[in-house]
Amino acid sequence: MPRHVVARVDEIPAGTCKIVTVRGREIGIFNVKDSFYGLINRCPHQGAPLCEGAIVSRLVSSLPGEYGLSRPGEMIRCPWHCWEFDITTGKSLCDPNSMQARMFNVEVEPGKDLVEGPFVAEAVEVSVEDRYVVVTM
Amino acid sequence: MDSATPAPPPAGAIDCDVHINLPSTRVLLPHFDPYWREHITRRGLERESLDTTSFPANAPINGRPDWRPDNAPPGSLLPALQSHILDHFQLRHAIGNVLNGAQVIFSEDLSAAYCRAINNWLQKEWLDRDPRLRASIVVPVHSAELAAEEIHRMAGDTRFVQVLMLSMAELPLGRRQTWPIYKAATEYDLPIGIHAGSSYRHPPSAGGWGSYYLEDYVSHAQGFAASMNSLVAEGVFQKFPTLKVVLMESGVSWLPAALWRLDKTWRGVRAETPWLEVLPTEIVRQHIRLTLQPFDAPPTEPQLITLLEQLGSDELLLFSTDYPHWHFDGDEALPAGLPDALRQKICIDNPLATYPRLRT
Repeated sequence: MPRHVVARVDEIPAGTCKIVTVRGREIGIFNVKDSFYGLINRCPHQGAPLCEGAIVSRLVSSLPGEYGLSRPGEMIRCPWHCWEFDITTGKSLCDPNSMQARMFNVEVEPGKDLVEGPFVAEAVEVSVEDRYVVVTM
Repeated sequence: MDSATPAPPPAGAIDCDVHINLPSTRVLLPHFDPYWREHITRRGLERESLDTTSFPANAPINGRPDWRPDNAPPGSLLPALQSHILDHFQLRHAIGNVLNGAQVIFSEDLSAAYCRAINNWLQKEWLDRDPRLRASIVVPVHSAELAAEEIHRMAGDTRFVQVLMLSMAELPLGRRQTWPIYKAATEYDLPIGIHAGSSYRHPPSAGGWGSYYLEDYVSHAQGFAASMNSLVAEGVFQKFPTLKVVLMESGVSWLPAALWRLDKTWRGVRAETPWLEVLPTEIVRQHIRLTLQPFDAPPTEPQLITLLEQLGSDELLLFSTDYPHWHFDGDEALPAGLPDALRQKICIDNPLATYPRLRT
């Protein structure tokens, strides 16, 4: 499968998302604590632009009245109906087994490797000094 | 048995909602302690009826014509109850529920005194006189502390198989002020039976006071939905994971739609109640049961089958006649169209699974 250079790493600081278009598909590239994940920008529920929602934590509780905040910045909340999805797996919290957002393989590559190998970089100018986000699809 | 016709229950069925009514308040006098007996008689309260507004005895629906004794309120005579249902339907057990204003009067101490007297009266005048009878512990529902005390006082008598509450109280039933009742009940593995009824601190309809009994009676379904929503949302079943709740005289057909809406909304707002990790429907199916009568079945049998499918479990319904209330004639306690296997579950297996004290 072709590999697409979609962004310079420094364009997507930790805790943010950049929406890119690859072969006509919008993909949200998330930087979660310097790990990168790609989610389709389309909620599996009703087609909302999922990756434009708020990046949130997972709120947990073992008993009513006990409150815990876990995995900060690892959930995306759909802007339409507020369903939450795990950015690292694409799984919804409300129905994790059957309601999932499509994930894409995302890697970070140094520019010096990219200028040698085969890749598609329509929108990104690659220089040997920088590091880049590469989507395979 | 042809499932297309209404039918009596199989022999050995367990009737999970039977009404035992006080023939008068006066019958309670021997069952008060001396202090409260004097309190009651000084005020002349033994001459007052505390019948609940929810179930006026003279309304036709609250006493089947052939189940009305000549000179006593329906449901107030043991021989009548024995011949009308215990013997007639060859019941293994019937669970008696006393619905009385005593449960909801404003003075918590007086309410508790009345409830103690009612439970004592149940023991002596009913449970001691027919081994098939079981009963719900009557508690002052607006004082969780005193209600829990009464549960502790009565739980040693294993003929009491659940704790009786009403669907519409001062507060939604899931609120934490009520939790001491659930804590006490679960210590003895007693289900909480929530019967249709209101303390009338609020209108029975969420939209205000209605004019007619029709509105009052059917509004109970709203009250039950609100109670269910509260129990689920407040996390009562996470706090008390062994708790079973039985909705009595609730009707049934409102449940699937209420659950669809609950599930749908939960998906978007679940972060508010992070203790709810699974769909509300799953919680309800695990913890909540409903008695059969009044069975508000849809008009046709195919629609009934659809409703049963929508309930999504054959473990939810518990047989009840709702004696002496008038929901069916003759022997037609089971509605037409119930599959045979489900009749067996409803009448015997599900009650046994719900009430641990019926299994011993």
